[in-house]
Amino acid sequence: MPIEVELRHIEKSFGSFQASRDVNLTVEKGRLIGLLGPSGSGKTTILRMIAGLETPDRGDILIGGRRVNDLAPGKRGIGFVFQNYALFRHQTVRENIAFGLKIQHVPKKKIQERVDTLVELIGLKDFDHRYPMQLSGGQRQRVAFARALAPEPELLLLDEPFAAIDAKVRKELRQWLRQTIHQLGITSIFVTHDQDEAVEVADDIIITHRGHVEQAGTPVEIYQHPRTPFVADFIGESVHVPDYTIFKGFANGTTEGAHEGIIRPEFLEIGRNDAELPMPLSAETGIVRGVYFRGNSAEIDIEVKGQRLKGLRSLEKPPLHEGDTAKVFIHRICSFAGGETAVLENRAKQENSVVI
Amino acid sequence: MQKKQGILAWSLIGLAVLFLVVMLVLPLILVASEALAKGFAAYERAITEPFAVKALYLTLEATVLAVVCNTLFGLASAWLLTKYAFRGKSLLSACIDLPFAISPVVAGLFFVMLFGRISPLYPYLRAEHIAIVFAVPGIILATIFVTFPFITREFVPVMEAQGTSEEEAATTFGASGWQIFRYVTLPNIKWALLYGITLCTARAMGEFGAVSVVSGHVRGKTNTLPLHIEILYNEYNFTAAFAVASILVLMAIVILILRNLIEWRAKRGTQHAH
Amino acid sequence: MVAAKKVIPGFSFTFGVTCFYLSLILFLPLAAFLLYSSGMGWEKFLGVVTDYRVFHAYGISFGTALAAALINAVFGLLLAWVLVRYDFPGKRILDGLVDLPFALPTAVAGIALTTLYAENGWLGSFFYGIGIPSAFSVFGITIALIFVGIPFVPRSVQPVLRDLDRELEEAAMMLGASPWLTFRQVILPELLSPLLSGTALAFARGIGEYGSVVFIAGNLPYETEIAPLLIMAKLEEFDYQAAAAIAIVMMALSFAILLMLHGYQRYRMHKQGV
Repeated sequence: MPIEVELRHIEKSFGSFQASRDVNLTVEKGRLIGLLGPSGSGKTTILRMIAGLETPDRGDILIGGRRVNDLAPGKRGIGFVFQNYALFRHQTVRENIAFGLKIQHVPKKKIQERVDTLVELIGLKDFDHRYPMQLSGGQRQRVAFARALAPEPELLLLDEPFAAIDAKVRKELRQWLRQTIHQLGITSIFVTHDQDEAVEVADDIIITHRGHVEQAGTPVEIYQHPRTPFVADFIGESVHVPDYTIFKGFANGTTEGAHEGIIRPEFLEIGRNDAELPMPLSAETGIVRGVYFRGNSAEIDIEVKGQRLKGLRSLEKPPLHEGDTAKVFIHRICSFAGGETAVLENRAKQENSVVI
Repeated sequence: MQKKQGILAWSLIGLAVLFLVVMLVLPLILVASEALAKGFAAYERAITEPFAVKALYLTLEATVLAVVCNTLFGLASAWLLTKYAFRGKSLLSACIDLPFAISPVVAGLFFVMLFGRISPLYPYLRAEHIAIVFAVPGIILATIFVTFPFITREFVPVMEAQGTSEEEAATTFGASGWQIFRYVTLPNIKWALLYGITLCTARAMGEFGAVSVVSGHVRGKTNTLPLHIEILYNEYNFTAAFAVASILVLMAIVILILRNLIEWRAKRGTQHAH
Repeated sequence: MVAAKKVIPGFSFTFGVTCFYLSLILFLPLAAFLLYSSGMGWEKFLGVVTDYRVFHAYGISFGTALAAALINAVFGLLLAWVLVRYDFPGKRILDGLVDLPFALPTAVAGIALTTLYAENGWLGSFFYGIGIPSAFSVFGITIALIFVGIPFVPRSVQPVLRDLDRELEEAAMMLGASPWLTFRQVILPELLSPLLSGTALAFARGIGEYGSVVFIAGNLPYETEIAPLLIMAKLEEFDYQAAAAIAIVMMALSFAILLMLHGYQRYRMHKQGV
């Protein structure tokens, strides 16, 4: 796949705040990228620099193989969807969508055709003479999307596209956006702080932290092979364990150095007794400290060897209660020993033998 | 904000500055220059002349009374307009704005017709020896009339921004209206309110048209400073006119500076609150 | 608004105070005025307001107020823009200076502007030199009305411009719009409402203005006589009915302007949901 966007050694500061430190990234043509990170991690700055709304202090930005650092934002062939949509309140839906085309002096007839197509695409055919204030949040979002798409950009950038929409509509809109972008085949980058959103919508995820790119890859790669403690911690729910060698099945890892790791809820299997677990002899015993209803399962807060762990338990199984003694089998642990991250499987499973 | 301000920005700034200098600063400089044209002694004579001093006292009296009355009204009306929803609210609000659309001269005419010789009330007032028009009460009433919307209009946005949630919270503890105002509303907005009062003070001090109609121009009795200036000017006593004007200019400048200081204080107050 | 929600105590009190004060200060004088005027009869009313001298005075008041309001719209927008968007030394002073015409007594402004624009004045000598009689003329009246109207437009545009979402301009920029096009098609529509209301207020103020104009106008009947001055003249002749008749037309004119503004804003709100 050819490269559509490339950032090389980007540095950017706002006063004493360093928003980007040596940012390097590439985006393949036609992919839908989620730029994910906590607030203040520099993800929006990256997006705005690609768009030309901010200028990097150092480094190169390439779009379609061309260095665009000195190109005006409007000349980069980019469509931008703003967090608060930034629709022009005094223009109708049609006028908003047509704005970019009018500026390029596209013939009137062509503008009409293009706007018709887009209004249809966003499902607002009957609303095209309304003003933005007369639309719902989800509808405004789609108008902003159509307006950005109207001049047929090579690249679409979306800044927190779902942040201002209420939870229920957001779910629908995510699916719609993903399908529509794939259908159009346009390279797209969206910024989000919500990992569920990134995992659900993006083909690839780029994780930023303190102005730096921590890791890039498909959601599955990142989930299964987090490269840094930050990523492991940030993606999925996880419990930090200072020394994982205390647990059965992970005892004799590398001896030297720290044995820090992360355990996710889905790495655990919790049973009331031995009979509920696949390898009861390699299981730990723990005391249930809390049970929380999570809709489709129960979250169990359980203490094992003085270490609090979190696990999930199906609601179909007999319930556990606070204070119960329960069995815990740890399938795998993410370790960061020696600065390398690795996923350690419980040795009881690998060797198909009992580890006591 | 804008890091690089180009030629366009600087020319716009230049144009704005030029406009204000020619329109506003130049007249101020002229007042000072004319006032001192015949030397400092003449200036001092003009401003210590008994009629000028009397006029200054009358101006201060009318200003203070008008501002106090209007502040009390402003608090009540702004509270009413921002804390409650009721039928006829927009009509009431429009009524408060009415004096904005009425020429001060016409406002003066109102009072002449209510209390003057042609009024049905006049025989009674005369029998009781109450003089309103062509006397001090008329001046105060006219000043109040012309300036009261200013205070309400300055207070309403302040109280609006404050919202009603804190007051509602106080209500749940059984606080009375006065307690809520005293302990919840006022501490939050006192500086903003003070800011609103400053401008009304300046307006009250300088009111000319309305006062001119009702005062009767009795020297030493019903002459405010602005009216005194008119008389001096029409007598071609320019130096004295500008000397007296310079007092009003100084008062206006002091009020503007105070206003800016209060604004700064009010902003600091809200920053602390958040 | 049928079942008014009044959680916070104090409604009756503030409602009572507001209505009482308004009755005393506004409604009573207004009623006296209307009562008196209604006794005049159509014939007298039409006789006064269609008199050529009166008619001409309306024309002068209306025309100069309109010209001054339009000039203030342009410069007010410029001032608001410069004060919100740019940084430069002395910005705070400039911002404070905008309020000066509110704070400065109009009589002071009147004598200062007259002296400044008179034939031997600092600016007048220039204007008379190029053949413009800048004092005692329509030009002079307009200058005075510009002076008193300066604060209206910046003070209504500034807050809106300050709160304007920067994303709007960025959106236009991303779509390839030039700065000028962005200003015209994106920013200006957002500012239209405060710009209009500021201009309308300056206009209404200009129609009724007396203090600053009376000195510079020259007050020649059929030439530089303004409507408020004519009211004053009729009062001095004790022709109260004529004064009332002229005042009624002026008030109607001002109300019409403010009503039109209100109507336009309602229409926009209704149409665009803004």
